[in-house]
Amino acid sequence: MAVTVKIPTQLRAAADGAAEAEVEGETVGEVLDDLFERFEELRERISQDGGELRRFVNVYVGGEDIRFLDGLDTPVADGAEVTILPAVAGG
Amino acid sequence: MAAEHLKCKECGAQYALEALYVCERCFGPLEVVYGRPSPADVGEVRRRIQGGPQNIWRYADFLPLAGGPPGPANRRASRTGLPAGCTPLIRADRLARRLGLGEVWVKNDAANPTHSFKDRVVSVAAARARELGYEVLACASTGNLANAVAAQAAALGMESYVFIPADLEEQKVLATGVYGPRLIAVRGSYDEVNRLCTELSGDREWAFVNINLRPYYAEGSKTLSFEIAEQLGWELPDRCVVPVASGSLFTKVAQGFEEWLDLGLVGGQIPRMNGAQAQGCAPIASAFADGQSICRPVRPQTIAKSLAIGDPADGPYALDVARATGGGVDAVSDEEIRAGIALLAETTGIFTETAGGVTAAVLAKLAERGDIGESERVVLFITGDGLKTLDAVRGTFTTTEIEPQAAAFDAAVGAPVGV
Repeated sequence: MAVTVKIPTQLRAAADGAAEAEVEGETVGEVLDDLFERFEELRERISQDGGELRRFVNVYVGGEDIRFLDGLDTPVADGAEVTILPAVAGG
Repeated sequence: MAAEHLKCKECGAQYALEALYVCERCFGPLEVVYGRPSPADVGEVRRRIQGGPQNIWRYADFLPLAGGPPGPANRRASRTGLPAGCTPLIRADRLARRLGLGEVWVKNDAANPTHSFKDRVVSVAAARARELGYEVLACASTGNLANAVAAQAAALGMESYVFIPADLEEQKVLATGVYGPRLIAVRGSYDEVNRLCTELSGDREWAFVNINLRPYYAEGSKTLSFEIAEQLGWELPDRCVVPVASGSLFTKVAQGFEEWLDLGLVGGQIPRMNGAQAQGCAPIASAFADGQSICRPVRPQTIAKSLAIGDPADGPYALDVARATGGGVDAVSDEEIRAGIALLAETTGIFTETAGGVTAAVLAKLAERGDIGESERVVLFITGDGLKTLDAVRGTFTTTEIEPQAAAFDAAVGAPVGV
């Protein structure tokens, strides 16, 4: 199942300059794992040791914050768009 | 005290003073770090403040501009753009008596050019944006920021893009559009507007004041603490009650007090910081009550739209400040917010927007709970004008309509005594 991950500007240097990547996975966790397989450096930047996301990382599936869904277990449909963004904007 | 670099609040990584807001290593927020003046400079800093202009640029020593205050070289003449600040601090004895408190002051920050505290942060962000060579100002806004960005851009001759939730109060939309920005109404909540703008900011060479310029923008809120300390005769209050949306104002107000304490410009200790949220959008108050260090995002549903941020960027830091200062974060209902607006209006003559109703209601709650000591000096932060949220007071009072005749008046209110 192909999923598009949109990579924020701040992480592109760790992703060979890519603004997005086509990866596989049926949940957000699997999608991110596949992304980390391709760009190992991304893992430590947005994940903590236990595999949870760092506290200032937001992830959206189809524009919806995964904290309103099932977090890393949120299902991701074929062709869906997963967006990673910094959580430190606004206000 | 020149700004030296940006630093990640989480991992400490350093960055140049550019339009950056996120640590590339750990995604933490960046903040401005200044060089420390020697204690011998304190008298000189104080003299510079007292000799400065009647606006936020009198505190230029504590603001992140490379070239000092904007405008002509003479800092006394820093009046270009749309200067903010130097708003009234009013002793509110009638309010204090009503609540059974000793000493209450109201910092009326509705008395800014676009009638909210956002003129402070936008002044700083816009000035820094110009130093960095930007020609377009932009923002994601719950309303007050929209007013401030559109007006500041007009004053500076910059182009502006203002993004707001499509269901914003009409008064705030009108008071933005009049300045001629490109106004974008997004069908979604503020948090969705913010997500969209965060995405857009990566690919456009614009100064989003509360996104890529956020480290500079946030610094503007410190000027509220500086003014209060100066207006109290270089003393600090014992407690502040401050509205909380993203948590940025709340944390920066505390930081402002700390900077002056560290420098020795004021004595005593940091005030207890009490945050105020609406129950319909209380992610920080909930985390405080539950003893959590991070906030679970919520979907806002409250009349206090200027505080309707369900995913507060500075939530964890606001919680730290509330706990470290012995304060707290409380939430009040929409009914209490309306009552708060009325309480402030009836006892001080100040008509505030819903966010001010939230702070006034939280002050009343703290007083009722007995949390505030008799001898405490409390400052209530009023950050926006009631004319921005007129719907909140519609139907809360009656008007007596009469024919234009004395007899009709007498019949309505009673005849004069002795007739």
